[in-house]
Amino acid sequence: MDEKIPILRMGEFLLVTIQVDMHDRLAMTLQDDLTNRISKTGAKGVLIDISSLEIVDSFIGRMLANIASMSRVLDADTVVVGMQPAVAITLVELGMSLPGVRTALNVDAGMALLRKSLEANEEAEYGRRF
Amino acid sequence: MPTVNPQTSVLEAIIAKRKREVLEEWLREMVGSTRRNDLMKESELQRQCSDILDSLAVATANGGAMDSTAYDSIREKLTEISRSRAAQGFTARETATFIFSIKRPLFNAIRAELSNDPGAVATEMWTATELIDGLGLYTTDAFIKSREETIRRQQEEMLELSTPVIKLWEGILALPLIGTLDSARTQVVMESLLESIVQTNSQVAIIDITGVPTVDTVVAQHLLKTVTAARLMGADCIISGVRPQIAQTIVHLGINLLDVTTKATLADAFILAIKRAGFTFVRQQKKEVKHED
Repeated sequence: MDEKIPILRMGEFLLVTIQVDMHDRLAMTLQDDLTNRISKTGAKGVLIDISSLEIVDSFIGRMLANIASMSRVLDADTVVVGMQPAVAITLVELGMSLPGVRTALNVDAGMALLRKSLEANEEAEYGRRF
Repeated sequence: MPTVNPQTSVLEAIIAKRKREVLEEWLREMVGSTRRNDLMKESELQRQCSDILDSLAVATANGGAMDSTAYDSIREKLTEISRSRAAQGFTARETATFIFSIKRPLFNAIRAELSNDPGAVATEMWTATELIDGLGLYTTDAFIKSREETIRRQQEEMLELSTPVIKLWEGILALPLIGTLDSARTQVVMESLLESIVQTNSQVAIIDITGVPTVDTVVAQHLLKTVTAARLMGADCIISGVRPQIAQTIVHLGINLLDVTTKATLADAFILAIKRAGFTFVRQQKKEVKHED
């Protein structure tokens, strides 16, 4: 119960690095913590780094999709980064293609993706054209 | 002491006693039928025949059925011979006939040995026939098995050879697929592509299927899975080289490729990948080239 996944703040974004094997309760705790943090900090984007995650099941897959949907409701983009090939294959074989989740190769690429979409959003909201 | 089968032990005595004779006759016998001087040296053949007769004597001395331990040594010899003959280029028929051709010399030996007792001759001949038929069939089995081993090994080698992942540019990978895709191959393709994406940190992967003759639902499903898995890892996939015939098949089969970027040729896909990676190509003006020279 004491186990928690740290959520780091990096400017406008939140960074979650999953470095332990996910079990169901840990996933639920993360979901809870993350949504709270987003609303408290007003973060515009969430990066979930799962490069150390080696085992997934359908529950974890669904949790990733859920977190992405929840953050979008809270006005934050979610990017899942660093998924291992084995994990990707497993998710695909489970029939979970995570359609609403954006992905990137690593934290760097994910951060760039978030910045770009943030700019695009701002443009759209203020009706500016470059 | 196990009970000795009287019939086989008679056979053993005959083989042991008349080994030289049988061997010579056997070798003569093969000149007309299965001798292949082009594939095998005479001395080697002689050694093999002699080995077989020795093991046969040992096997028949102890008696018992073909699968008993007494026959271990001869089975081992026959397997070895089959394997070497398969490698040397003998046909299955030639290899089996090699064993069957021992019949005539062996029967002659039995007849000469038991000339006073026609009943015993008949019994011994039946025993010998049964024995040699069994050995012949075993040889054929071993021959086929060794051929199958070769085929399987070649298949595995082809599997490894046929899935190279090529780095085209910084962050751009290409996977040219050639030949029919089946589940096992697609699995290897998928894994090697995803591994390469991680290793080279590539954002775009181009799967070129120019060399794939046909695409059915299973293959299309596998391709879609690969594309989805790559997307989950954060890389874009482009499928290129879809031939008109394949495009028709895909639509007729009702496979949804709408979410996948497809391009006609690898070149088109490469240009798109370059653009996505943020590069631009500029053709130099001829004038400038001359000026530089």
